[in-house]
Amino acid sequence: MSRTSPEQSRRIQIIFILLLIAILVALPQVIKSDSTINLAVYVLLFVSLASSWNILGGFSGQTNLGHAAFFGAGALTTRMLWLSGWNLFPSLLAGGLVAVALALLIGVPAFRLRGVYFAIGTLALSQILYITVGNMLPMISSLPAQDLAVYQLAPRYYLFLAIALFTIGAGYALINSRLGLGIMAVREEEDAAESLGVSALKHKLVALALSAFFGGLTGGAFAFYHVGYYPQLTFGPEWTFDALMMVYIGGMGTIVGPIIGAVFFVILRELLALNLAEMHLIVFGTLFILVVLFLPGGFMGVWGKISKALARQQ
Amino acid sequence: MLEALAQNLVYGILIGALYGLAAVGLSLVFGVTKFLNVSHGELLMLGGYASFWLFALWKVDPFISLPAAIIFLLVAGVVFYKLLFGRMVKLAEGDKIQNTLLVGFGLSLILQNLALQFWTADTRSITTAYSGAVFSFAGVRFPLVRVASLVIAFVLIVALQLFLRRTYTGKALRATVENWEAATLMGIDIQRVYLLSFVMGAALAGVAGALVAVGYSIEPAMGMSWTLKSLVVMVLGGLGSITGTFVGGIILGVTESATGFFLSLTYREVVGLVLFLLVLVFRPQGLFGVKEG
Repeated sequence: MSRTSPEQSRRIQIIFILLLIAILVALPQVIKSDSTINLAVYVLLFVSLASSWNILGGFSGQTNLGHAAFFGAGALTTRMLWLSGWNLFPSLLAGGLVAVALALLIGVPAFRLRGVYFAIGTLALSQILYITVGNMLPMISSLPAQDLAVYQLAPRYYLFLAIALFTIGAGYALINSRLGLGIMAVREEEDAAESLGVSALKHKLVALALSAFFGGLTGGAFAFYHVGYYPQLTFGPEWTFDALMMVYIGGMGTIVGPIIGAVFFVILRELLALNLAEMHLIVFGTLFILVVLFLPGGFMGVWGKISKALARQQ
Repeated sequence: MLEALAQNLVYGILIGALYGLAAVGLSLVFGVTKFLNVSHGELLMLGGYASFWLFALWKVDPFISLPAAIIFLLVAGVVFYKLLFGRMVKLAEGDKIQNTLLVGFGLSLILQNLALQFWTADTRSITTAYSGAVFSFAGVRFPLVRVASLVIAFVLIVALQLFLRRTYTGKALRATVENWEAATLMGIDIQRVYLLSFVMGAALAGVAGALVAVGYSIEPAMGMSWTLKSLVVMVLGGLGSITGTFVGGIILGVTESATGFFLSLTYREVVGLVLFLLVLVFRPQGLFGVKEG
């Protein structure tokens, strides 16, 4: 096998990505089974959610155990505005922005908490919202009959696809920018970054705001997609924990890792759910522990090691 | 009105003693090993189910079976330590806290879902012949089993305090909290101290769980809320103070029941968490802790 030059392999990568996007765009035209499209919707939802968690957790190294707060805030805002007659896109944008506002509100005090206190502080915050929303909005939120009559799955699918691509693209643009380099520098060594004039607080806040924005958008898409759910559902801790595990298992701090993790998680859940209710969480939890203990790079780290070993053999 | 308030206060103190007991276990482990074991609530759940099944299958009185719950959790603690947590002893402190948090979270997910598979999502509690027994004092009712639980929690805390202050092993534990490097130089086997404090924390969670099963109720999903309560109390009480942590538990219990009384039952948990965030931001060393450095 002849060696491929970096430009060639880059070109192959781009072709591969475009091909993948083309397949995803064509999917609802080709497959007419609603259950398959619903599965694809969940894959895309978790790709977005995991990628958005990764912006803060992976690139800036701040373990956020309260991402559900942003997902939920986006979902709640979008649902209320959209059902009250707003157009979809302004409602989605508002959902993302409310999530950012919430993030900045908590960001300044939260980043005074270093390390583990940030993690448990954000967990506490999202639990506060979870319980409060459950108390204040105890009724199920259903689409009105006239909306149900014209409900179509394909537009929902495309919305999720767009948000997933937008989130991944933003993550990619970020890590290749000066800002992104600053964010990663703060992750590696906060004091050294500060001494070079990189404001740790500012960069963490930017990562937090971006992470919250895309988490909120994903929540908004969920609000547009779901026919009827309790508003509390979107604030549930499992949105945070599932996303976090996907990122770790796929490969934290990489663009591709959260995507692989999300695809793997949703498909595993689908396969196991047919047999046993929450069995997938036992498998996933075990894998997660193994990754934390033995494979800090997740699937992407393993892949990197394999391809390095192959390159050495050539 | 005044009587109802007093009654509320009593209920708050009674549940608060169990918060304190659970939190002392978490705090002991965190203080000595710097492991943040977020599956602490699941260990508590395991203790609750051990006690529940001993009663349901063989009619063993829940207070008599407490030693069995302790032994069960000691064994589980050794297994989890050898299999998982013991691997992270050598990490730097920040990484250690972070990784034990993640591993503990994975473990809690596994335990919770295994419990769901084996024991269903049903809420269970132990109903003995004396479960309804109540004695009254000045118009305030004291449920017998909950008072007994408070006494047991208190006795255990005192025993733990004595163990840490008076025995050689207890002093070794405290020395490790102060400075583990110096402790090693003095010939203290750090690995053994870590294992010991971890399994003691698990056993305390087991007792708390068994007492919850007899005075209140248990279910597979209870772990997270108990882990959070223990974290809240640990931070309220401040690290390194057993008595402070126990008092912190009672403060949380009373705060919750006062919220239920004055505001609404549904916001009980929220108030504890808000209190937690306020303490974290404004007084990270805890209400009774001493500022470091």
